[in-house]
Amino acid sequence: MAFYVSFGTVLLLLAITAPVSLGFGFVGAMLARSRVRPVAWIGKAYIAIVRGVPDIAFFLFFVIAFDQAIEWTRHKTLCRDWTDPIRQGNDFVVCDAAKMPLSSAAQWVHEVYGFTLAVITFAIVFGAFAANVLYGAMRAVPHAQMETAEAYGMNRRQAFWRIMVPQMWVFALPGLSNLWMVLIKATPLLFLLGVEDIVYWARELGGAKTAKFTSYPHGDWRMWYFLALLVFYLAFTKLSEVVLERLMVRLSNGQATLSGEKQRKANA
Amino acid sequence: MSCWITIQDYALRSIGVGARLLPKEDFTLCQQFTLIGSGMIWNIYFGALALLAGFFLATALALGKNAENRWLRKPSEWFIFIFRGSPLFIQFFFAYFLFLSLKQVAPVFAPFTAAWLGALVTLFFNTAAYTGEIFYGALRSVPKGDLEAADAYGFSGWKKFRKITWPTMLRLAWPAYTNEAIFLFHATTLVYFSGFPAWRQKGDALYYANYFADKTFNPFIPYPILASYFILLTLVVVTLFGLMNRHLNRHLPHGLRQKIRLRPNLIR
Repeated sequence: MAFYVSFGTVLLLLAITAPVSLGFGFVGAMLARSRVRPVAWIGKAYIAIVRGVPDIAFFLFFVIAFDQAIEWTRHKTLCRDWTDPIRQGNDFVVCDAAKMPLSSAAQWVHEVYGFTLAVITFAIVFGAFAANVLYGAMRAVPHAQMETAEAYGMNRRQAFWRIMVPQMWVFALPGLSNLWMVLIKATPLLFLLGVEDIVYWARELGGAKTAKFTSYPHGDWRMWYFLALLVFYLAFTKLSEVVLERLMVRLSNGQATLSGEKQRKANA
Repeated sequence: MSCWITIQDYALRSIGVGARLLPKEDFTLCQQFTLIGSGMIWNIYFGALALLAGFFLATALALGKNAENRWLRKPSEWFIFIFRGSPLFIQFFFAYFLFLSLKQVAPVFAPFTAAWLGALVTLFFNTAAYTGEIFYGALRSVPKGDLEAADAYGFSGWKKFRKITWPTMLRLAWPAYTNEAIFLFHATTLVYFSGFPAWRQKGDALYYANYFADKTFNPFIPYPILASYFILLTLVVVTLFGLMNRHLNRHLPHGLRQKIRLRPNLIR
């Protein structure tokens, strides 16, 4: 049963992470485009740093660092009279009230906390990638469109929201769909982050069971469980491919691009 | 214990030479640098061999996908789809348990359950699929004029492929292939985090970095060390591939030469 629920976990992660990281990406791209120099630097630094650090090292590193940062802040605010140093040689010690989540909390709180950390990590990483894609897409919107907007007397904000944002998606979609595929394929890393996801359950349930511990003894089925996962991912990527292609056709409708022009001619 | 002794003890620890026991307490910076560096031997081993072998299979796959004959085309398309459409992480798990099951049928498969061969085969297939897709794209964009000129000079069959099609394909694919190579080296860190066990604590760089992070609860030292090693490795790969790129482009005037643009990827 938990195995099927864990498919839900993966889908939930995708459902939350995708919009959140798109939001991160949008903000990042807006920052990077800003006319105020320091703000633009923040945006560009965010994109560059996260994109430059190699893959899973970031995931492993960031989760521990983030967890410790939260506990450290809580420790500083909640336990002011605590005199022992937090880093005692190799140990990271905080007072009981600062433990995150509290050690008395229910099991589900721990799980939700782990899941939230995972979502934030994914969102930050994929946000940087999305920011890069959106930044490129904003620059790809034909300049004449923006000039026309200015000629109609729109100010920068109006031109951005009414002219650039509606048009940039067609340029962003190839990059974003690529990112979505990568995101799908990154979900098994949840396992590394300590969330009980499909990889965890495939290992648990697939392992050889003797009659002593379970009423359904069986041999080592992990191979079949992982085959099922493989098929699940293949089916999911195939499905996304088809859906994204449809979306692309819809978005190209009426755009001043090659495929938009093709559609116009086909309809005319 | 001086740093020199540490290096003698642990520099080749990952391949089983030197001290048997890993340091248990009072970790020094020197120990961390040496052991993580020692783990890099495995990363380089997996990356270099998979890349070398994958290159040839990728050429075959690209030609197969481009073939008229559907008995050649369909298997290549499916191979590429299966390995590109599913997470490498799951592939490692599946491969490990598949080899475990096969081992029970035929003892020939016994070495495949060890990381040095099993993971290498998985990485080899994986990089072949990704590279095959890159080469396929390049093959499709070989200029028509080049092929017509080859025909006019009386080249045909193997000679035309060897002298005209293949070098042009490589030249066009090379920038993307460089990124794939970098990415493959990053992906080698997944080996010991998936199904394949590290035998007698002989692991790769991430295995040791994780060991230190687990023991010291301090991710801020081992992971940056790991990252710096990988940045060095990436620089070496970029240099080598850049030399090859120059060789492939040597007949072109300077303005037409393709530059390698680095596009760091996240995860596969």
